[in-house]
Amino acid sequence: MVAAPEAPERMVGKALKRREDPRLITGGAQFLDDVKLPGMTHAAFVRSPHAHARIASIDASAASSMPGVLGVFAGDDFMDLNPLPAAWQAGGVTNHPVTPRVLAVGEVHQVGDPVAVVVAEDAYQARDAAQAVIVTWDPLPAVVDAKKATEAGAPQLHEEAPNNIVLEWSCGKEADRVDAALAAADVRISHHLINQRLIPTPMEPRGSIARFDPATGDYTLWATSQAPHVHRLLLAAFVFGIPEQKIRVIAPDMGGGFGAKIFVYYDMAATMALSKKLGGRPVKFWEDRSENYMTTTHGRDHITDLEIGAGKDGSITALKVKTWANLGAYFSTIAAGIPTTLYGRMVAGCYKIPNIRVDVVAAYTNTAMVDAYRGAGRPEAAYVIERVCDLVAQATGVDPAEVRRRNFIQPEDFPYDTGVGMLPYDSGNYELTLDKALEQVGYTGLRQEQKRRRGAGERKLLGIGLSSYVEVCGVAPSKWIGLPGEGWGAGLWESANVKVHLTGKVVVTTGSLPHGQGHETSFAQLVSDRLGIPYDDIEIEHSDTQAAPFGFGSYGSRSLSVGGTAIYKSVDKVVTKAMKLAAHMLEAAEDDITFENGVFSVKGSSESSKTIQEVALAAHVGYDLPEGMEPFLDETTYYDPPNCTFPFGTHVCVVEVDTETGGIDMLRYLAVDDVGNVVNPLIVDGQIHGGIAQGLAQAMFEGAVYDDDGQLLTGTLSDYAIPKASQLPWYELDRTVTPTSVNPMGVKGAGEAGTIASTPAVANAVNDAVGHLISGEIAMPFTPERVWRAINAH
Amino acid sequence: MYPEQFEYQRPSSVSEAIGLLTANPDAKIIAGGHSLLPAMKMRLAAPAALVDIARIPELKGISASGDGATIGAGATYRELMDDAALAAAYPVVAETCDKVGDPAVRSRGTLGGSLAHVDPAADLTAVMLALGASVTATGPNGARTIGIDDLFVGLLTTTLEPDEIITSISLPASSAGTKQAYEKHSHPASGYAVAGVAVALQVDGTTCTSARIGVTGAPEYAMRATAAEDALVGKELTAETIAAAAEKATEGLGELNGDVYASAEYRAHLVKVLTRRALTRAAL
Ligand SMILES: Cc1cc2nc3c(=O)[nH]c(=O)nc-3n(C[C@H](O)[C@H](O)[C@H](O)COP(=O)(O)OP(=O)(O)OC[C@H]3O[C@@H](n4cnc5c(N)ncnc54)[C@H](O)[C@@H]3O)c2cc1C
Repeated sequence: MVAAPEAPERMVGKALKRREDPRLITGGAQFLDDVKLPGMTHAAFVRSPHAHARIASIDASAASSMPGVLGVFAGDDFMDLNPLPAAWQAGGVTNHPVTPRVLAVGEVHQVGDPVAVVVAEDAYQARDAAQAVIVTWDPLPAVVDAKKATEAGAPQLHEEAPNNIVLEWSCGKEADRVDAALAAADVRISHHLINQRLIPTPMEPRGSIARFDPATGDYTLWATSQAPHVHRLLLAAFVFGIPEQKIRVIAPDMGGGFGAKIFVYYDMAATMALSKKLGGRPVKFWEDRSENYMTTTHGRDHITDLEIGAGKDGSITALKVKTWANLGAYFSTIAAGIPTTLYGRMVAGCYKIPNIRVDVVAAYTNTAMVDAYRGAGRPEAAYVIERVCDLVAQATGVDPAEVRRRNFIQPEDFPYDTGVGMLPYDSGNYELTLDKALEQVGYTGLRQEQKRRRGAGERKLLGIGLSSYVEVCGVAPSKWIGLPGEGWGAGLWESANVKVHLTGKVVVTTGSLPHGQGHETSFAQLVSDRLGIPYDDIEIEHSDTQAAPFGFGSYGSRSLSVGGTAIYKSVDKVVTKAMKLAAHMLEAAEDDITFENGVFSVKGSSESSKTIQEVALAAHVGYDLPEGMEPFLDETTYYDPPNCTFPFGTHVCVVEVDTETGGIDMLRYLAVDDVGNVVNPLIVDGQIHGGIAQGLAQAMFEGAVYDDDGQLLTGTLSDYAIPKASQLPWYELDRTVTPTSVNPMGVKGAGEAGTIASTPAVANAVNDAVGHLISGEIAMPFTPERVWRAINAH
Repeated sequence: MYPEQFEYQRPSSVSEAIGLLTANPDAKIIAGGHSLLPAMKMRLAAPAALVDIARIPELKGISASGDGATIGAGATYRELMDDAALAAAYPVVAETCDKVGDPAVRSRGTLGGSLAHVDPAADLTAVMLALGASVTATGPNGARTIGIDDLFVGLLTTTLEPDEIITSISLPASSAGTKQAYEKHSHPASGYAVAGVAVALQVDGTTCTSARIGVTGAPEYAMRATAAEDALVGKELTAETIAAAAEKATEGLGELNGDVYASAEYRAHLVKVLTRRALTRAAL
């Protein structure tokens, strides 16, 4: 019997500092590069300097006899392994997936393609020997532009993909109908947009360490992985053709991923196969930054033609989008899903557009593979539709804010089907975020100041950019996203196990895993409230296929809404069982038991109660359980979401453009986001901050550039400009809360929203500042020279 | 990243360092390492040995006054920024150092290293041109003085002999207390100068009696904008004369650099704008 405790402080909604941070920032974390195994060897790859070439010969004789070298292997040595899997092919259309093998055989298709691998006692010896492998090449012509790749006469990459076409896909209304609506429109705009290629650049690059156990035939793979279970599954079933349980994948702490660590890479299979060849000595591969830039996946890279029809009042009556998506040299793991499901089906944004159609051609080129990168498809979609809004505003003279307002889906319209094959949007109040943003930024005053500066002929012009975005996250109902629907070759459910141990301490094992998002904190907050067990007594375990239940991985802002719901439901099951046991212990009927703040009480009798810890102890020792009850509070849930979730918001960016140099100063950046209910506001704000930084950087700084021969001209961090703190504005953040009914917590997702929203906000601001001085579109990134040239087009 | 194998030597005096360089023609000096190490990591440079001069006491120290300054070649950007006497006589040095790279670069990189390396996008090269510096180079045959105008001869190329070390840099009394400024357009990724213009003007009343302008980033290596200088000397320093001089800032700079970030044409434009802004800030 215990006294009823004071109601403990609610953890959900509290801005707790992340419990993982002290470990991560004081050197206590274990990243892949910190994993040291006895007898570990090091692999270095011999890579193609050409974007497209035939391999005439490989001479490893000198390299083989260099100090420390244990072996040099070429593509032929790995022909017992299958090519990497094409796990997400676009739904409903023919795909021509050509995936990489462990090493390229016969022909290379991008700079950096690995053709041989050296294993040596240390990483320096491996690199020295790799440099001594002599490869003779027959160079072939290259193509780097997705649209040009599909044109007649373009160099061909793969026999299996005529005209370099990976797939052709479309969604929305029939072309005739959209054409008719375009023809009938008051205002007609044709436009061309480029969403340039980006390099994800997690601070920690990628790598793998594999150890084969000759005694059992089992492999252990430590990998920088956002999806260890999926990697195990794909490597076992598709690449090695062995049962899943023969592979254990462990993802150590990660220094960011941004999507680039979702995929199955050649080095995972290579290190596994090499460890076997070496009789079980562990083999490590750790890419350097140059290799990361050359061969780890890139993002975006769309060329888009737009046909827009609008009413004089700013209503968007028709929209036809044609996009060429560059997938790079080979088909990366989920590459096809990005420019189709996650892009095409989100192009409508938060607007009611009666006649809309999207056509996508995905193409191979002699460049690094392109796959999901923070936002994955939705940033490209938001860029299109938010530029469309501003183009309509410019053409009709209706204020950009008004154009958005006029076309918004209204709160009473939800669930809303945009007519392009996306699941119905769950909930939203778009106008509220716009109103809040306009008010806080002082929109009317800014417009007046903009006018004044233009009128006075001032050198520094003001630009105001709006971006009212909606995105899709919490992917996804398996039957919608899976093979018969959108083409993803598996499910997208999540699982979680919750154990309340004898001591009353809780261990949650989750298939979701963090690479910077603070899962250990927010998941514990969630569990603490629901079980009434102190936050510090709750541990979150993850990232090891041997210990954690199956998970599809962390991406698509899905961890809390899908993985978190699996935890939530497991906690429910624990409570249900504990309730039964408490009734038994308190000799009361189950219906008479209440559970609050970690205490089971008999209704009407505050004396008669048991804490969850007492019940957990009773459950574990099992001395006295109700008839038929199994011992231990230990529950697992496999949760398949009924819908995706659709966060939204409005971002405003205010810039000052120096017309003399084209230089841009970011004066204000204000965001009003709605990510549904918020578990930890500090983490959500952090995610929004980082997201804005990355999206803003696409607009301002970043852009992967290849020359016509397929050489990456932005191959180092001194050429490719990731944002630095000193280059970013102060963020003014606010939010509205429109919960979703898709999951019991009412949460949507916050990991990518900032990235999706901010690129168009900046793009609109810059184009707004100088729109009256230029014709056409300034391409991102808005380097001073580009802005200067647009203004001074001579 | 993984450089090729190299020997590492840390002499304790300049003469010992010169001995090591003379004995091994494939050896290279390392000072702050912030130009050399990145090149080695990319395997663009592979010296057989590094002779580390960073801790040689003779190369440290700054003494400055209105009568000139002597700076040890091993002085870091940070040390240059923190020296009050130097800042009083040659404020443009600290102003410029503050715009070099990031705190780590400023704490490691040295003035001697910057001048010996002549990165086309380095900052201090332009400033030393503007201030009319000279360097003391010490080799097996002793020390000699090289005027800054005779030091840089090409991309990453100086008139130093392979076994010569810059031991100190001197700034003349004539440029102490001049009107100085440095304007820079930084590369968003590297922080290096896409274009940078340093100016030092002597005036009598409002008349310009001497002008030195160093331009970096845009030309193949840092050079003086002599046509712009000539357009100022003897003139009243007004917005008009400054604008007219700035228009001449690219004359004689030869073919300008161009890359993915900024074309030669844009760099030429920047040089003119930055020259005008630097002159305006210094003089008006
Ligand atoms: C991220 C980053 C950003 C940077 N940004 C900038 C920037 O904005 N502006 C800028 O100007 N620089 C920048 N730098 C370069 C930096 O300033 C270098 O430190 C400097 O250019 C070289 O000085 P150091 O002492 O590091 O030379 P080191 O790298 O040690 O040496 C460079 C070369 O000079 C030779 N050398 C060095 N000292 C002497 C000497 N006393 N006598 C003869 N030869 C010598 C060496 O042998 C070598 O060939 C940046 C560097 C990095 C890594």
